[in-house]
Amino acid sequence: MLFTKDHEWIKVDGGVATVGISAYAAEQLGDVVFVEVPDLGKVLTVGDSLAVVESVKAASDVYAPVSGEVVDANGDLAAAPEMVNADPEGAGWFAKLKIVDASQLEGLMDRAAYDAFLASL
Amino acid sequence: MRYLPLSPSDRSAMLGVIGAATIDDLFVDVPIAARRDQPVDLPFQQGELEVERALSALAGRNRTAGQGPFFCGAGAYRHHIPATVDHIIQRSEFLTSYTPYQPEIAQGTLQYLFEFQTQVAALTGMDVANASMYDGSTATAEAVMMAARVTRRGKAVLSGGLHPHYARTAETLAKVAGVQVQRLDGAIDAEAAVLEAIDDDTACVVVQTPNLFGTVTDVTAIAAAAQAKGALLIVVVTEVVSLGLLKSPGEMGADIVVAEGQSIGNALNFGGPYVGLFAAREKYVRQMPGRLCGETVDADGRRGFVLTLSTREQHIRRDKATSNICTNSGLCALAFTIHMSLLGEVGLRKLAAINHAKACDLRDGLMSVPGVEILTQRFFNEFAIRVPTDAAALVETLAVRGLLAGVPVSRLSPKGGMDDVLLVCATETTTSSDIVALVAALQEAF
Repeated sequence: MLFTKDHEWIKVDGGVATVGISAYAAEQLGDVVFVEVPDLGKVLTVGDSLAVVESVKAASDVYAPVSGEVVDANGDLAAAPEMVNADPEGAGWFAKLKIVDASQLEGLMDRAAYDAFLASL
Repeated sequence: MRYLPLSPSDRSAMLGVIGAATIDDLFVDVPIAARRDQPVDLPFQQGELEVERALSALAGRNRTAGQGPFFCGAGAYRHHIPATVDHIIQRSEFLTSYTPYQPEIAQGTLQYLFEFQTQVAALTGMDVANASMYDGSTATAEAVMMAARVTRRGKAVLSGGLHPHYARTAETLAKVAGVQVQRLDGAIDAEAAVLEAIDDDTACVVVQTPNLFGTVTDVTAIAAAAQAKGALLIVVVTEVVSLGLLKSPGEMGADIVVAEGQSIGNALNFGGPYVGLFAAREKYVRQMPGRLCGETVDADGRRGFVLTLSTREQHIRRDKATSNICTNSGLCALAFTIHMSLLGEVGLRKLAAINHAKACDLRDGLMSVPGVEILTQRFFNEFAIRVPTDAAALVETLAVRGLLAGVPVSRLSPKGGMDDVLLVCATETTTSSDIVALVAALQEAF
């Protein structure tokens, strides 16, 4: 699992990347009440808005950590957005992207680097 | 004392930063004809008594709706407003309050907004209504932009029966939002014509019932046909009293319903302020514009009210908000709520029945005038007639004699080729002698 400075996580499996937000981000947002996930087939460039996550009084963009096409989105979040708080780095995933350029993964942090980054905040 | 904090050099420095030579350059978007190059010609000062005399004389030149026979409608309707309405809205807690920015502290305001929303949802037959918009026309524009967000399509088709002011407002706002608007030609009874204009990029069709010409349409089939092609049906109502008699737009399958609420609790007010009603299916609630008030319980289990789903709004979502509106027509919505509460369901049905009966009396009277043709077949309290002369000139002639005969279509839709069409309206305020006076005046005129 890799992390961005914007607190997204990304897990790559056979050219497909699953994306969500980190436990730290979920805790900072508070109770998540809604997640707007992307449409299947949408082509995103790294840094594009991939999803919008809403807590009671805030809405935050979640950015694509890599470029790619949306091949799956977590439809369960519509009925159970609280999964983002309960299991942010597992069942609370947002979308899956088909990676077009694996070299974009190189700039991301591993867990240890991300923990160090959090400690520096 | 004049308070001008900026020196001429401050001004020229600021103008320099934004690349403007003079202050006048900031007004280039305003057409020359609409600009005033001289000060308004007013005396520099007068005593209070002189000012009162001058203004009373000016006010005396106005002719108000209640001063004589009055048959004007076309989106603004004269109805009786119970004295209770004005009495309650003038309580300072209501009269001086602004849209709640720290909402939960103003429980009274939130409670009446919640009641208002409940009334609007019940009237329109929809799941959810917001705390109001500026007026029916801006509500229509917002509905078009909402449909574009919901469907992710870029075009809207407006019926020729839609009030031209609403159509122009929708065109103005939708253009900025990147939505293409197609307006169909004005026609007495042609709401279903919107279906022929639907293509793969059509986000919504907008129909009005009763429409500009008074025609009442059952839009059930239009709703089904539009939805089958992936487009939403937006139903516009300019005379909300009609919902006391007619099948609700929700019952007919509308996706979004917008209406002008002025008829209930609000006077003509020279055209504003008015109050826009906005209601939709619950599945679209996250794409709705405006403020939404919800009922909840507090920590001790007591009933309370909150603004909810605020993340749609501009103070949180910024440029991705569903709308620029961060407010509502609070006082007009309150007047609506009070009047509607006083009427109740039975009262509203009676009021609507009286309106229709008066309009039938008016039709019967006008049918006896040689040369007058009734153009609208199915109407509520307003219909179009053809007169054997220019309708606008006729209205002017009769106005001089103290009789306001209606709204000429040419006034609303100058290029419509309907110069001989007049819109006439009757409400519970119309008396038999008003109708006799109009009939006599028309018989004399032709």
